[in-house]
Amino acid sequence: MNDLTNTPRTKPRASATFDEYTLSEIRRAAATGIYDIRGAGAKRKLPHFDDLLFLGASMSRYPLEGYREKCSTEVVLGTRFARKPIELKIPITIAGMSFGSLSANAKEALGRGASAMGTSTTTGDGGMTNEERGHSTQLVYQYLPSRYGMNPDDLKRADAIEVVVGQGAKPGGGGMLLGQKITERVAGMRTLPVGIDQRSACRHPDWTGPDDLEIKIEELREITDWEKPIYVKVGAARPYYDTALAVKSGADVVVVDGMQGGTAATQEIFIEHVGIPTLAAVRQAVKALQDLGMHRKVQLIVSGGIRNGADVAKALALGADAVAIGTAALVALGDNDPHWQGEYEKLGTTAGAYDDWHEGRDPAGITTQDPELMKRLDPVAAGRRLANYLAVLTLECQTIARACGKSHVHNLEPEDLVALTIEAAAMANVPLAGTNWIPGSNGNF
Amino acid sequence: MTLSVTQAVLDGAKLVDLSTSSVRELNAALHALAPDSNETFWKVAHPNGRHAIAAGLDADIDIEIDGPVGYYCAGMNKRGRVVINGNAGVGVGENMMSGFIHVKGDASQSAGATAHGGLLVIDGNASARCGISMKGIDIVVKGSVGHLSAFMGQAGSLVVLGDAGEALGDSLYEARLFVRGTVAGLGADCIEKEMRDEHKALLAEKLKAAGILGEVDIGEFRRYGSARTLYHFHVDNVSSY
Repeated sequence: MNDLTNTPRTKPRASATFDEYTLSEIRRAAATGIYDIRGAGAKRKLPHFDDLLFLGASMSRYPLEGYREKCSTEVVLGTRFARKPIELKIPITIAGMSFGSLSANAKEALGRGASAMGTSTTTGDGGMTNEERGHSTQLVYQYLPSRYGMNPDDLKRADAIEVVVGQGAKPGGGGMLLGQKITERVAGMRTLPVGIDQRSACRHPDWTGPDDLEIKIEELREITDWEKPIYVKVGAARPYYDTALAVKSGADVVVVDGMQGGTAATQEIFIEHVGIPTLAAVRQAVKALQDLGMHRKVQLIVSGGIRNGADVAKALALGADAVAIGTAALVALGDNDPHWQGEYEKLGTTAGAYDDWHEGRDPAGITTQDPELMKRLDPVAAGRRLANYLAVLTLECQTIARACGKSHVHNLEPEDLVALTIEAAAMANVPLAGTNWIPGSNGNF
Repeated sequence: MTLSVTQAVLDGAKLVDLSTSSVRELNAALHALAPDSNETFWKVAHPNGRHAIAAGLDADIDIEIDGPVGYYCAGMNKRGRVVINGNAGVGVGENMMSGFIHVKGDASQSAGATAHGGLLVIDGNASARCGISMKGIDIVVKGSVGHLSAFMGQAGSLVVLGDAGEALGDSLYEARLFVRGTVAGLGADCIEKEMRDEHKALLAEKLKAAGILGEVDIGEFRRYGSARTLYHFHVDNVSSY
């Protein structure tokens, strides 16, 4: 008989397929019978802008002097049809986030920060608040399937209109704002009873498809006397065709939001498994514009996982006119700050990972309607932080652009880029670093 | 401005002929009306199914459109009284805030969609999704309505003198539905409710506003509303979705 006590044993081996997170999700599902809902965008590792590098100037390229030679950053949106295009000082805008999902202080802070840097903010599902309008020198008014709070007066006092077809976190999905966040004010703006779970529709109620959208856009232009730029926002899924159809429908601006783009509340399975990464969407959208002869005539805004000036520069180099930030803007305000670590732990999470934004218990006072939690966010100080962050993004983008010899950030181009991975090279349609190989290219996508 | 406006001799109306003027010119003229303007009666000839006629109206005026209109006629109307002597395309009176729209023919899909207030009267039938996501408007349809009418209806009243199609009031919030004829089927969370005196009084008020009080027997109507079982998301209700 063998002596098992002295037999060497293998170390416990965790499954790569059934990893710790997966096991915890199975246990959670088994206990509750309901899917996991959370905020934010895709958290899995995805091909992203980190997989691209700029080449910079060399023998054949002439760089511009940092801190001396001008590198412009202004961008004009809505030059196709609108009588009053939006003029931004920087190519970075604030993405749509609703009052309701965010506190009034958070919305005010976004307006303060963006306005200080000469850029725009965007409303969300639930309508426009006076605070938001008052603190945003340029405000984009979202036109969503739910039409909560939609009214012609707000339409006319907006600086642009964004028809939302979808968003990157959930292309094809609607939304659910849980009752905890449906306070009297939020409910009043949405014409709903206080405290109920409020569904945001996934389809518009009075148009279906691009032919109808063209007529809907015509109506919005008529109502606003053709003043306002009209954006069409899509979640990145079929960006070539969606961009082409948005152009066909009469959009001034197309917004393409990759799967890293955040949401206030969506099923985890939806966020992580529907849609495509931002990196994979940009070139397809640009190609659609180029094929139609509309690149730079219809502007392209890209969002989803923009974190630093390099991300901004890479999106612009691939052909975008501007980027939008959401999650990063919330972090700049104070979301997930280690200062609140003790409170995150009480919620069963940790600073940096907190994403139960739908529950309204945000310790940082941002994704909540709780009056006491809201007080924690000073809108002036938070707005200042956002302005600082936007300034850094801009400076970083300019630094890279100058190194590539560009006097305007829009002069960045795909030729300035190479990819670190074969996947990124194929998606971005730029060569693999050290080679002249663009996988799967032939000019097609 | 090249708007072709003719002073109609008999009734003092301003006549805009859309065979010679554009919808843009018409709407621009309507939007430019001063609050104290005495141009309070407009007639529109030859609409020929054009879209967005009188969209974005924000004036205490009367407009009579002589013929069929396309999509989104009088969309987002505030205060205006609009009569359409013909059929209306998709989304007539969508997101109306206040005022009155009278379609003397039939209406296509999504009539009165998402509207917050005012009164929409349709003499003929309305197609699918009539009153979808309604937020306070009153809609009176003298004929029948198609499927998914009052889908996710939040507030206001939908009165149907004829029949209703499948999935009436699906995912209904607090909109009130009255149907005189048959209902092909009720949507998720929509149930028939008792017609008490206060509901009869409410219905009478809507019929009176539509100018047909006394022409139909209020006792023939049945009332439908939200069971409110889907107001809070719960796994036990998954089969309802």
